[in-house]
Amino acid sequence: MRAVDAIMECLKAEGVDSVFGIPGGANLPTYDALYDAGIRHVQCRHEQGAGHAAEGYAKASGKVGVALATSGPGATNLVTCIADAVMDSVPTVFLTGQVRTELIGTDGFQEADISGITMPIVKHSILIQDPRDIPKAIHEAFHIARTGRPGPVLVDVPQDLSRADIPYEPVTNVHLPGYQPTTDGNAKQIRLAAKALANSRRPVIYGGGGIINADAAREFREFCDSDAFPVTCTLMGLGAFPADSEQWLGMLGMHGTRTANYAMDEADLIVAIGARFDDRVTGKLSEFAPRAKFIHIDIDPAEISKNVPAHIPIVGDAKNILPKFTAEYRALGTDGARLEGWLTRIRGWQEKHPLGYEDSIDAEIKPQYMVQAMYEATEGQAIVTSDVGQHQMWAAQYYGFTRPRQWINSGGLGTMGFGLPSALGAKVAQPGQDVVCLAGDGSLIMTVQELATCVDENIPVKVFLMNNGYLGMVRQWQELFWDGRYSSVKMGSSPDWVKLAEAFGAKGMQVTEKGELVGAFKEALAEEGPVLVDVRVTPEENCYPMIPAGQAARDMVG
Amino acid sequence: MGEPGTKEILNLEDLEASGGIRTGRKHVLSILVENKPGVLARIAGLFARRGFNIDSLAVGATDDTAISRITLTLDGAAHPIDQVTKQLHKLVNVIKIRDLEPAETVARELALFKVTADGPARGEVMQIVEIFRGKIIDVTRRSVIVEITGTWEKIEAFERMVRPFGLVEMARTGEIAISRGRSET
Repeated sequence: MRAVDAIMECLKAEGVDSVFGIPGGANLPTYDALYDAGIRHVQCRHEQGAGHAAEGYAKASGKVGVALATSGPGATNLVTCIADAVMDSVPTVFLTGQVRTELIGTDGFQEADISGITMPIVKHSILIQDPRDIPKAIHEAFHIARTGRPGPVLVDVPQDLSRADIPYEPVTNVHLPGYQPTTDGNAKQIRLAAKALANSRRPVIYGGGGIINADAAREFREFCDSDAFPVTCTLMGLGAFPADSEQWLGMLGMHGTRTANYAMDEADLIVAIGARFDDRVTGKLSEFAPRAKFIHIDIDPAEISKNVPAHIPIVGDAKNILPKFTAEYRALGTDGARLEGWLTRIRGWQEKHPLGYEDSIDAEIKPQYMVQAMYEATEGQAIVTSDVGQHQMWAAQYYGFTRPRQWINSGGLGTMGFGLPSALGAKVAQPGQDVVCLAGDGSLIMTVQELATCVDENIPVKVFLMNNGYLGMVRQWQELFWDGRYSSVKMGSSPDWVKLAEAFGAKGMQVTEKGELVGAFKEALAEEGPVLVDVRVTPEENCYPMIPAGQAARDMVG
Repeated sequence: MGEPGTKEILNLEDLEASGGIRTGRKHVLSILVENKPGVLARIAGLFARRGFNIDSLAVGATDDTAISRITLTLDGAAHPIDQVTKQLHKLVNVIKIRDLEPAETVARELALFKVTADGPARGEVMQIVEIFRGKIIDVTRRSVIVEITGTWEKIEAFERMVRPFGLVEMARTGEIAISRGRSET
């Protein structure tokens, strides 16, 4: 069997139904095998689009996303996606073509040392040197990508080796002596954590994207409900806990709610689950949650005590640990009344500092209102992807996510241009659900070519463009911290988004009046094909509340 | 230390001070890895990314042909060294890591010294070599080559002793180490 046909067998054995990519010289054999392999290939227009689409597919489905690219520039175009996937722990496999083995190291045409280039940003990478290793390598790649803390794995296949005739036998077990993630969680530590929680009077549960990766939202909910514990989540964790719950404090961190940040500030015990104390969450580290002890549950031991020392570390899979934690806690039969003073204090903050903005009195569309209109039109049920910037934060604040995998964005790397391609990937994974990309005008232009993919591949995503004519978040920082010297943040009048959408063969719409917005969104959602709605919002609105850079939760402004 | 986005101007001393506190203690890491291409690059890359300067590095076979041992010495900072070993553990090809306790470790290094030794100096050099239990493995009219094994400190001491005679050149392997006692490192 040709090695490339073996690759297809491996992909199918791994349950892959769709892949994203672009062919080129070095992966011609792979594409020949793909031709009638029975796997859907979504032909993207740029490798970065393919990579983010694979991420969107993975985030929406929990399955491993796969992107294909050729050698050299094809592979280097994936670099941003790989870095994005490692930061947000997205299970992905990147299959790149490499020049023929005799050309490796000779600066051959379209040669790039992609495994060298990506070494610091992959979970693992495999450069194939013997074609007989290919099936094993593919299965190892999937195993590593999806288990433990998920992440990107690169498999680089030289063109000549991919054409080799190899004996193929299905690989049934993967054995990696140096890779054995701890999944169970130490029982003694869990008991200790339950006791600490039972003794705490001002606890906060702080959940992250790890809960979603572990498919542990249900277990998380049950844990949080074992008393009326107040719950906050990171940007990546939104959806792990329903935003309509009474226990929900909102997102925490730089643009989180005052309630969530004040609660962290005054907490005596913080239970961090699948979260990594990112600087956008902690603000000034020395003043972060100064009164709290920390229980830190994470599958990656390297995250524990990396930024904030954990008093009770528990390494393992949240899905295994949380039920045990809940059971241990319940067995202690603690009186929930001890929390009453704390919950009253929290309610006080919620009443005094709700999320809010000053709505326009005329037809002007405030960006926050746009998110609310989007919520109304989709009945809060759509899968929402976003780019990076102000609109992303407003989406996190105002679209009350109620289920995991509903919110897809680039948190760690903060990749502008992530929204549209990840939306198309999400739609491929979940064709039965509405997928909306809330885009920024600065971001959308970076990967807008994927509208062509949406049209040609019949992937009806809806792009709701929050168009403020600025690189809005940078403008906000320049206004607040750099004396209003607006340096290269204005986007100007190009492009005409409606015409651009139409040029791609999608439907283009523009909305400038508040009263028409919900109707326009509903119309777009009812359309069969992809739609871009250019929404003109207040150009210089700032995203609040905000912890100014390098300051503490107490110093929130706005 | 200031946030990247703010206007605050950073002075150079503050920047340097924020680079991490050195423990001053030498760490010897013994790392068992799968004998595969690219493994050393991955490990070296991790250290480079954390701004660690590797003092010495020795790679060699173990009793198992599929596994190599990397012995690495560095001057570590207390907290980051823990981070680095955890990060090293995340590399799929890394099987086992030990941060060896100096008191419970036997460490040796091999070094070759080419020392100027003519006239009356030759006798003195030979005497020092004897004290350090070294071996002279090559002699010319003006110089000798000395082979010496020992701990890192012993080799440093030898170097200090012979340098005044005229040290032409020196080559060192870097320390290798295993733990004392019956159990495996």
